[in-house]
Amino acid sequence: MKSKLSRNLYAIPYALWILIFVVAPIVLVLYYSFFDIEGNLSLTNYINFFTPVYLKMTLSSFWYAFLITAFTLLISYPTAFLLTKTKNKQLWLLLIIVPSWINLLLKAYAFLGIFGTYGTANSLLEVLGIGSKQILFTDFSFIFVSVYIFIPFMILPIFNALDEMSPTLLDAANDLGASAWTTFRRVIFPLTLDGVRSGCQVVFIPALSLFMLTRLISGNRVITLGTAIEQQFLVTQDWGMGSTIAVFLIIIMFVFVALTGSRKRGM
Amino acid sequence: MYNFESFTLDWYRELFSDTRLLIIVLNTVVVALLSALISTIIGVLGAIAIKSVKGRRSKNTLLSLNSVLIVSPDVIIGASFLILFTMAGVKLGFYSVLLSHIAFSVPIVVLMVLPKLMEMSPTLLDAAYDLGASRWNVLTKVIIPYITPGIFAGFFMALTYSLDDFAVTFFVTGNGFSTLSVEIYSLARRGVSLNINALSTLIFIATIFLVIGYYFITKQYSKSGMGGKK
Amino acid sequence: MKKLLQAFVPILIVSIVLLFVISSLNSSQGYSSKNKLTIYNWGDYIDADLIKQFEKEAGITVVYETFDSNEAMMTKIEQGGTAYDIAVPSEYMIDKMIQEDLLLPLDHKKLSNLNNIDERFMDLPFDPKNKYSIPYFWGTVGIVYNSKMLGDIEITSWSDLWDPRLKNEILLVDGAREVMGMGLNSLGYSLNDLNHDHLNEAKKKLDSLMPNVKAIVGDESRMLLENEEASIGLVWSGVASEIMAENEDLEFVVPKEGSNLWFDNMVIPKTAKNVEAAHQFIDFMLDAEVAAQNTEYVSYATPNKEALNYLPEEIVNDERFYPAPDLTERLEVYENLGKKNLAYYNELFLRFKMHTK
Repeated sequence: MKSKLSRNLYAIPYALWILIFVVAPIVLVLYYSFFDIEGNLSLTNYINFFTPVYLKMTLSSFWYAFLITAFTLLISYPTAFLLTKTKNKQLWLLLIIVPSWINLLLKAYAFLGIFGTYGTANSLLEVLGIGSKQILFTDFSFIFVSVYIFIPFMILPIFNALDEMSPTLLDAANDLGASAWTTFRRVIFPLTLDGVRSGCQVVFIPALSLFMLTRLISGNRVITLGTAIEQQFLVTQDWGMGSTIAVFLIIIMFVFVALTGSRKRGM
Repeated sequence: MYNFESFTLDWYRELFSDTRLLIIVLNTVVVALLSALISTIIGVLGAIAIKSVKGRRSKNTLLSLNSVLIVSPDVIIGASFLILFTMAGVKLGFYSVLLSHIAFSVPIVVLMVLPKLMEMSPTLLDAAYDLGASRWNVLTKVIIPYITPGIFAGFFMALTYSLDDFAVTFFVTGNGFSTLSVEIYSLARRGVSLNINALSTLIFIATIFLVIGYYFITKQYSKSGMGGKK
Repeated sequence: MKKLLQAFVPILIVSIVLLFVISSLNSSQGYSSKNKLTIYNWGDYIDADLIKQFEKEAGITVVYETFDSNEAMMTKIEQGGTAYDIAVPSEYMIDKMIQEDLLLPLDHKKLSNLNNIDERFMDLPFDPKNKYSIPYFWGTVGIVYNSKMLGDIEITSWSDLWDPRLKNEILLVDGAREVMGMGLNSLGYSLNDLNHDHLNEAKKKLDSLMPNVKAIVGDESRMLLENEEASIGLVWSGVASEIMAENEDLEFVVPKEGSNLWFDNMVIPKTAKNVEAAHQFIDFMLDAEVAAQNTEYVSYATPNKEALNYLPEEIVNDERFYPAPDLTERLEVYENLGKKNLAYYNELFLRFKMHTK
């Protein structure tokens, strides 16, 4: 019997990573959060957080992250499903990922052009006889672009889960007389649940702290906790308040992970 | 954007004569590839470790810790890494940027690999051990092949994170080292010039060709293509 | 496993090859040499030909790094670990950096061209006697408007923006000082006002502007205005002169109630490794012909009065960008308000933004 230590050798790089790049920054952030703007030890920042401004911001961050995750899932699941049916499925998958390697700022600028008053989207609306609308700086454009950016992150885990599924399972369900809907609900969806969960996590968690797009695409009509942290660090240079918001962001994330965490399977 | 007068290749000509920009592009590619590679390795090992943890609560704690860097806005990550590096005396430049990119890419790899690991049936591993396989053999012959699609997914998402990052790189870079993102963002004050757009287009097209080429080459060698399971 | 190795080993090899390419490129450019000067500046804020000219004349290799905000730049210099010999912060940041002891005093004897700078821009409150900084560019904050889209509505003052006909037409910048300053100025208060009643009054006034505000944006405002996405924008004069060159319907006005006068100055941060070369570079940039060439490239206003002789008449005589001395009287330079007051400005601005919904 080998010792426990040598059995767990493989986990050392990851443990080191957690220690240096996760725990140490959390400690730093916690430390800073107890200093007010003049460098005195105090709880002012925490008291400040419980004012309507920040509470409203927390709620709106939550709401937008939820909407973005929901729409991303709604689009990604069927897409992933269709992808598994195509011939060169891995190639198509790659072609969905590669555009995500273009710089976010350049993509955002492109969307400013597309959604603008004289942009492609409005020309299309004109042709359809709907007439041009203000698309830029609305909730719609903000969610649309965010969903566009997060789609690859959602598709990948779902695709992997679907791709793995053995076709015999579906045949069996069919043979047993299950309708397409029942097959999906009782067989396909439960089996892809881990993928969906993972996809939702990698979309919802970063969506909570989106900041670039709130300014670029929604013209600061959407303000999230991420925007506020950005401002505190880079404009006010109030690292204390910025860190305090980050502490709450991390707490929210912990709760979210606990809620969506795996239940029985694979324990 | 839409009141251009004519198409021109001047921007492309200008690009090739700019050595500084060329170095920046190569830096970006190297950092992205290496950080994705290393974070994939760390992330896969981490995912295996998380799976082996008993008890739901400790597993969730680990998963939460894992996601801290995903939920933290880039400025916070950048600033705290900068403090860490200067405290540790790491010279800012290539290595500090590489380390940071590895650091913030690890969690996404874990999240991409984990669902594959979770759906692996424990009986499979038991069977392998019963048949007398060593731990190393189980890892390389059973676990890794099973989770390969997840590993590739993690690798590609790590690439995405690395190529897109601006704020963290900005804080931890120095001594002449720069990446394309930092360059693009710092140009924003004066308007993103057309040659940066030209450059991005070029890189995008080159990547598409590389990906398609790579796909068909690997397909020729092994019939199942990359990311396939057998 | 085999498939993974097939994919990852080539990637590793490619990376290593690229690393060699980069290091040979770096040494071919002289970036690994001893005698080098690291400049930390805003992106695209210098004519690259001038850097080459300086390298040739002085025999020094220049490393050019960029930042996108004063605060981020300060954080980097404060933390150390880098070797910036020259930085180009804005005036309020210079004040702050002096207080935090992040700058080295300049040796004016080494700056033979210093007399080229207009006295108007020397010895200002943020840096008395220019002990630490030398003006690089300057400008104002004002309103850009599209005369074609606005028809007969004329804009000369901040209060004109409250015109109900301008519904959903205005782009503001995402900066607390700029937007709050606009509210303060429109009420006749100073840009640097610290009176909380005045500040709250300004915030109230701004709230009533909201129906006219289309969005609160950053640097992308230049593209939005150029493409006639909105007809009015609050912008820095440098941005205005650039987009006006692209779209001839655009006009720029410095509001008559007063506005902000800003400077970007060259400084030598504490991190400097090559102070001698830094002085050489500053002196080089002060040269009249060099400054003129740089001004033509960057298209902001130069503080170098000798350089004006080398610039085209229509640039130098453009009152919108080179306002006459009596006009600059009405303009105020941002003072460093201290962290606590700045935080109050930001809090009001944040509350203003949150009301947008």
